[in-house]
Amino acid sequence: MPALKGAELPRPPAFQRVLNSVPVAVAIYIAVIYLIVWSAYAGAQNMGYNWQWSRVPQYLYSFTDDGFQLGEIFIGLGATIQLSVLSFALATLIGLGVALLRLSGLVVGKAVAIGFLELIRNIPLLVLLYLFYYVLGPIFGFDRYWASVLTLAVFHSALISEILRAGINAVPKGQWEAASSIGMTTAQTYRYIVLPQSIRFMLPPMTGEVVHLIKSSAIVSVIAVAELTTIGRNIISDTFMSFEIWFTVAVVYMVVTLILSVGVSYLERRYAVDQ
Amino acid sequence: MSTAEPIIQATHLDKFYDDFHALKDVNISVRRGEKMVICGPSGSGKSTLIRCFNGLEWHSSGTLTVDGLEVYEGSKDVLKLRQEVGMVFQQFNLFPHLTVLENLTIGPMKVRKLDRAKAEELARHYLDRVHIPEQADKYPIQLSGGQQQRVAIARSLCMESRIMLFDEPTSALDPEMIHEVLEVMAELVDTGKTMVVVTHEMGFARKVADTMVFMEEGRIVEVAPPETFFTNPASARCRTFLDQILAH
Repeated sequence: MPALKGAELPRPPAFQRVLNSVPVAVAIYIAVIYLIVWSAYAGAQNMGYNWQWSRVPQYLYSFTDDGFQLGEIFIGLGATIQLSVLSFALATLIGLGVALLRLSGLVVGKAVAIGFLELIRNIPLLVLLYLFYYVLGPIFGFDRYWASVLTLAVFHSALISEILRAGINAVPKGQWEAASSIGMTTAQTYRYIVLPQSIRFMLPPMTGEVVHLIKSSAIVSVIAVAELTTIGRNIISDTFMSFEIWFTVAVVYMVVTLILSVGVSYLERRYAVDQ
Repeated sequence: MSTAEPIIQATHLDKFYDDFHALKDVNISVRRGEKMVICGPSGSGKSTLIRCFNGLEWHSSGTLTVDGLEVYEGSKDVLKLRQEVGMVFQQFNLFPHLTVLENLTIGPMKVRKLDRAKAEELARHYLDRVHIPEQADKYPIQLSGGQQQRVAIARSLCMESRIMLFDEPTSALDPEMIHEVLEVMAELVDTGKTMVVVTHEMGFARKVADTMVFMEEGRIVEVAPPETFFTNPASARCRTFLDQILAH
């Protein structure tokens, strides 16, 4: 460090320095986590819960004569991911449609979009699921799986359309004008100029939305669609290991959504380079 | 100076933004191949006027004909019109997610439907014209303001339009970069394109303009060839304006 000529700045108060230091923060963190885990464990002991962690791995994976096989929990996870991907793709399509309607400047388009948003936003997800499964399902003839996909897609499309709209609006007006000035149509401007640029504004909130969707997909277990939460419930009704299985299921959800968040923040950094 | 046939003809043009009267009974005609420079204080309607020429804004009443096309809101010819009228903006408005070359080729490829090879040939030709052939693979953010504006000029040239509009092309530039952009613009004079330039660069105007226009408060106050305009303007207001911007 070079010799500095200026006077040193006053330091923050001692109390603040100690509280902000890394060892103190780690200590507080560990203490809180310990308290939570210990009270849960102690509570379970008091009610005489019989912990059987050794029986959990067989639901994660197994070695049979056929070799390594994924257990029921991972099969359930696969179903959850499939359900989520399908719903998310559909939700993005619907969301884009609603966002474009809202941005179209047509009075009718705007009214339809706002009507849709308010309708969906003000119905609880569970009620929406019952509507799709018990009411719309029989009317239009789709099964419980498609009822689940449609429920998740419609519910999340409302939120996604707002994300898309904000992303599209974040592209400066000058970009529209430049595209117009070289004779592009509105559709071409969206496709080649505006949407590619709005992606970086949309990526962070969209990740949040995917995580949200994966978590809310658990709700379809109430109509017994086979996915992670349903399978967790089934295992428990066979084994009565509710503590171990719910902990495991929670951790599996967490790992998946964390991996997703980390992956996308990597993508975001890559996207930022070109801008 | 070229033929007397008008390529832009505005008759009794008025424009309102809600209650604000932005253009007041504007009558102007630009001949094919003419270089016209429009100046005037900010808020005088210069930009609004030329933005009406390519349908970025719509006039509220009056008639406007550009390159044989009637211009009005909702006209089916608006895309055709914009292909024939290029525009260079104050803020460059390059596409930040595309390389310089892609900025130039996207119009010819998507609008003029040229194939990639032809479009790239065109793009490289015009990058040469604006003296930055070596920047083809960079992104706009990696270029200086002057270079960005030259890319924007090349982007507009790539559409091979007959008319070029410049909306204060040097106002957002650092002083040392203004020169390189004006030089490129001056070199376009020989191409026979019709040019309408909104600018305060009076040295440039004196050099290239066939006609000078002075606007104030939405009105055209003075139209004159540069010799008369700079030495003996008819209106007192124009004289004051010139004194102010030529003084420094």
